[in-house]
Amino acid sequence: MAELGTTTPGGYLLVLAILLPLGGMMLSFTPGGRWAERIALGSTPFGFALACAIAFDVGRSGKPIVYAVGGLAPPLGIALRADGISAVMLVAAAIIVAAAAFYARAKFATPEGVRESRSSLTYWIMLQAIWAALTIIFVGGDLFNLYVALELLTFAAVPLVCIDGRPETLAAALRYLLFALFGSISYLLGVALFYGAHGTLDIPLLAQRVQATPVVWTAAALMTCGLLAKTALFPLHLWLPPAHANAPAAASAVLSGLVVKGSFFLTLRLWFYVLPALPAEKIAIVLGCLGSAAIIAGSIVALRQARLKLLIAYSTVAQIGYLFLVFPLAAGAQSWSAIGWSAGVMQILAHAFAKAAMFFSAGLLAEALGHDQIAKLGGAARVLPLTFLTIALGGLSLMGLPPSGGFSAKWLMLQASAASGQWLWTLPVLGGGLLAAGYVYRILAPALSDERISLVSSPRRSQEVVALALTIIALALGFAPQAFFDFLEIGRPLAVRLP
Amino acid sequence: MSVLPVLDVVLASLVIGVALFTIAARDLFASVVGYVAYGLLLAFVWIRLYAPDVALTEAAVGSGVTGVLLITAGKRLGALKNAAPEMRPGLSLKILTGVLAALVAGALGAAILMLPDPPPSLAPEAAAAASGAGAGLENPITAVLMSYRSFDTMLEKIVLILAVVGVWSVGANKAWGSAPAPLRQSRPYAPMVLLAQTLAPVGVLIGIHIFWTGADAPGGAFQGGALLAAMWMVTMMARLAEPPRIDAQWLRMAMVAGPAVFLVTGLAGGVLAGSFFAYPPGIAKPIILAIEAFMVLSIATALPMLVAGPPSERPDQ
Amino acid sequence: MTPSVLAGLTGAALVGLGFYGLILHPHPLRKLLAFNLIGSGVFLVFGIVARRGAAAGFRFDPVPQAMVITGIVVAFAASAIAVALILRLSMESRNVTLDPEVWTRPNGGGAT
Repeated sequence: MAELGTTTPGGYLLVLAILLPLGGMMLSFTPGGRWAERIALGSTPFGFALACAIAFDVGRSGKPIVYAVGGLAPPLGIALRADGISAVMLVAAAIIVAAAAFYARAKFATPEGVRESRSSLTYWIMLQAIWAALTIIFVGGDLFNLYVALELLTFAAVPLVCIDGRPETLAAALRYLLFALFGSISYLLGVALFYGAHGTLDIPLLAQRVQATPVVWTAAALMTCGLLAKTALFPLHLWLPPAHANAPAAASAVLSGLVVKGSFFLTLRLWFYVLPALPAEKIAIVLGCLGSAAIIAGSIVALRQARLKLLIAYSTVAQIGYLFLVFPLAAGAQSWSAIGWSAGVMQILAHAFAKAAMFFSAGLLAEALGHDQIAKLGGAARVLPLTFLTIALGGLSLMGLPPSGGFSAKWLMLQASAASGQWLWTLPVLGGGLLAAGYVYRILAPALSDERISLVSSPRRSQEVVALALTIIALALGFAPQAFFDFLEIGRPLAVRLP
Repeated sequence: MSVLPVLDVVLASLVIGVALFTIAARDLFASVVGYVAYGLLLAFVWIRLYAPDVALTEAAVGSGVTGVLLITAGKRLGALKNAAPEMRPGLSLKILTGVLAALVAGALGAAILMLPDPPPSLAPEAAAAASGAGAGLENPITAVLMSYRSFDTMLEKIVLILAVVGVWSVGANKAWGSAPAPLRQSRPYAPMVLLAQTLAPVGVLIGIHIFWTGADAPGGAFQGGALLAAMWMVTMMARLAEPPRIDAQWLRMAMVAGPAVFLVTGLAGGVLAGSFFAYPPGIAKPIILAIEAFMVLSIATALPMLVAGPPSERPDQ
Repeated sequence: MTPSVLAGLTGAALVGLGFYGLILHPHPLRKLLAFNLIGSGVFLVFGIVARRGAAAGFRFDPVPQAMVITGIVVAFAASAIAVALILRLSMESRNVTLDPEVWTRPNGGGAT
């Protein structure tokens, strides 16, 4: 265990990966203007390279990379750690941020004749801030450090919701902010109790010291409630649909694809890395039930939506529910918990890519047709073939049809349910797939009909290609080899139950 | 001393009482004033907890600058004169929420009473590291903020900058680039102007002093910077100075100076001191003070910009 | 009853009070005030943890106190963003409401 506090070679990559977007943010802010987009776009390849280097290093050594910041080991210092799931999330985030940056050039590049514009500067700075915050969330090893990263993420995501200034977006942003602040303060209260009980906030050290006392249960409950509010798990999901649906597509893609995954990632860290020693079966079942409710309720409401972007947003609420099935399916040290773990991570990745692609497509569609009413989509697939191909393929992953990452995730969930004897969870997985088929059909059926429809404006080919590329990645995840799933197990602590 | 426990109980009751008033008051303005008073009382509680640095920060930022922010907000909202009548929540909702809140408070109180004895603490480790990584700083909190957990502090400065951009982004498109609205609509009274003229220089000196002594005594960059920010706000409220244009290059560089210097020093530490965010031994204390000086500049410019709000087109918006 | 225990219970009471205000008050600025109350209660809990960590010649544990200082500044930044949103919202519309029915109109949109 001691090695999780000392710096490993390759640990410096973690610091560089964090400092790149942070530095980019500050460089974008100072001169402002067109520099913001140049720096944001220019740094994405470097960030991707760093993420790949980290993944390569973790895979080669088979152990997590560690960096003790300032050369001071925990508990007094802060450590950064990248294990299997960190590396995978870093690569995914780098790709999606790069795609969003590329897609957003059409709308958020500084216009001609102006030195600096409000929406441009805001978008590029917030995008880099989200990227930086997510990087810290994925590699952070100290619970208070992660709190500051969560706040960074919230302060970056909220202005993106209301970036176009319409009143409904302002209300949605304010509601999001209040939910998120409630979430942060609940998390922070849990942190205070953890420190008061065990004198450290370093994740492995805390895991060694933790006992099943009322204080620890209270702290865990508070932190989980806070993180659930930020992840928009049913019934704390009310803020998400207006926020994600009314934000511009370049923002919604990042919000639905990545931002909500950040707080979910921390929930995983809390229960699987800090508290594996706790007898948490009942909590796992509660989380699984809430997740199932989210799947069913979210999908049903999605079916009834009139606007495409709201449908996609409610689909996010439903797909987030699948994520929480990982808690009952991956708990413990049994043989099937690795399957459940792989299922959860695959769901995160598949949903991130598919949902980002769908929001990009919805944005292109709304611009091209002048509206995003599902009822008026008749014949649209004829005039926007690439866009609807993207929606169809993305829908494939959301429904869980092969070959796709979504299918892999659901198949693994069914396997884990069967192997662990928890047959109950097969119902929401299968039911959710059927309902998702329903709402994807709702979008595609009118679009593929023979009606005539005219375009208000033609979409940019480069943007369509970006969306298609993301959805192809979502499909390609379905072909992930066993080595990929073994990689995800690197660094995951196995449960050592308290007597 | 037998009077202290009584004092503590009186203080706690006052704090809770004023907090109750803040929640229960009908009028928004009364509620905000109650909150400022509550913050000052809380500073006393922090003194009783042997936390003078936190008391300073709470008085300066938690109650002081936050109070200005909320009062300014209340005034600007009142000036809009378009508020619809508020819906009062029903009695059953009040009772339900009250029960829920009591449960939350009760559970938290119980958890606090059940914290382990002997309590765990990092104070011994901090004492042991004081001469090494702690750079010989006599104020252990400054050592934690600027050395042991400096990464958190740098992140927090960046969070401040991000908040400023977020506040600016809420303004109108046409107004981008211009200055925020003045902190005060009407001409200030003469005594206010006199106060600003006499208080500001004194406050600036005290603020710099608090920052400087923070290395070895209670104080530090945050407290000093907050005081400097308050002095700038006082002069703006007296209309002796106006909020600057948001595209002013000096403003942006001043705000970014703190975290930028922090980041560059952290990177340099990787080369010169063997680890990112480590300091070369021997010159650690001067480096820390230099970083803190830039942090003071950043805080002193960022906090008033957060209070001033987004850019607005008409000067008297 | 030591000052720590008293302050800790005060913190718990403040969290409960703030929670009550956060849920009940319809006006967003009052919600923000209530959120600040919760925040200061949470910081008090950190504070008693710091005071209880008195050892080794220090009268307190410096790490939680440093966290409180960071937290106070972050909470202020959050309040500033919330205030900016609230003010802008009231300039744009008559109702300062967070009711989602008002904002998810079926024919809303135009956002791309």
